[in-house]
Amino acid sequence: MLYEQELKTFVEGTTNFFEVAAQQPATIGSPYLMEGPPSVHEYTGVINISGKREGVVYFTAPKAMLTVLLMKMQENDFSHETMRDLVGEVANTISGNARRDFGRDFVISVPSVLTGERPQMPQKPGLRSFIIPINWRSHSAKLVVSLT
Amino acid sequence: MNVRPGRSFKLLIVDDSNIMRRRIERSQQFEGLELVGTAGNGVEALELFRQTDPDVVTMDLTMPRMDGIECIAKLVALKPAVRILVISALADKATAVEAMEKGANGFLNKPFTDRQLNEAIAELMR
Repeated sequence: MLYEQELKTFVEGTTNFFEVAAQQPATIGSPYLMEGPPSVHEYTGVINISGKREGVVYFTAPKAMLTVLLMKMQENDFSHETMRDLVGEVANTISGNARRDFGRDFVISVPSVLTGERPQMPQKPGLRSFIIPINWRSHSAKLVVSLT
Repeated sequence: MNVRPGRSFKLLIVDDSNIMRRRIERSQQFEGLELVGTAGNGVEALELFRQTDPDVVTMDLTMPRMDGIECIAKLVALKPAVRILVISALADKATAVEAMEKGANGFLNKPFTDRQLNEAIAELMR
């Protein structure tokens, strides 16, 4: 069972990135639960978690959202590599927040990046996922928390 | 910004993210600060450090090949007077303390605003 405070840490890590890096806050939609992994967008930054809880947390975003985010960051390279870089940085921020709030109870991996809409997600079978929509400007991404 | 007048500083940027390297490059617009190189990991940073002898280094922590903590210790061993600003998403106190113990002079959390970055670099150049 996930605690509200744990979810809050992951959500704040994500929204903080938009607020600080793009100077424009993101809003969160209504979270929902689903069996197994949800569909993902083109770019996904993943952190693996072990210790007190086990599983994955990932941020998945469409290319259009990342393009606008890069523009807001005054970046003018919109290559595949830069998109990967950006989604990795968002995951990195989520990971950093989690380390700060959870301490040594959680072992948090260095983020990895998956691309394409059908990547092999490293999700434990039978685990339910919390999906938190992250809305920013006219775009929507997902924060997925799937932990024991 | 208050920086030491009349003194020129050489800057090396170390970060495995292209976006972050370019972001820091764009923000470092101080008189007397000259960018001498950018590196994507600790191994590259050491090589560039030996070639360019920078005075100020911005250092990411989570990087492939050699992480920032190990790199800081090696840079300080080569040049004890070097000023190092850690710029990292690792937001826990233990990591900041470890970086400072290895010889870092400042710590800036990612993500950051241009103003936060400029203030942190200016602080290093005082």
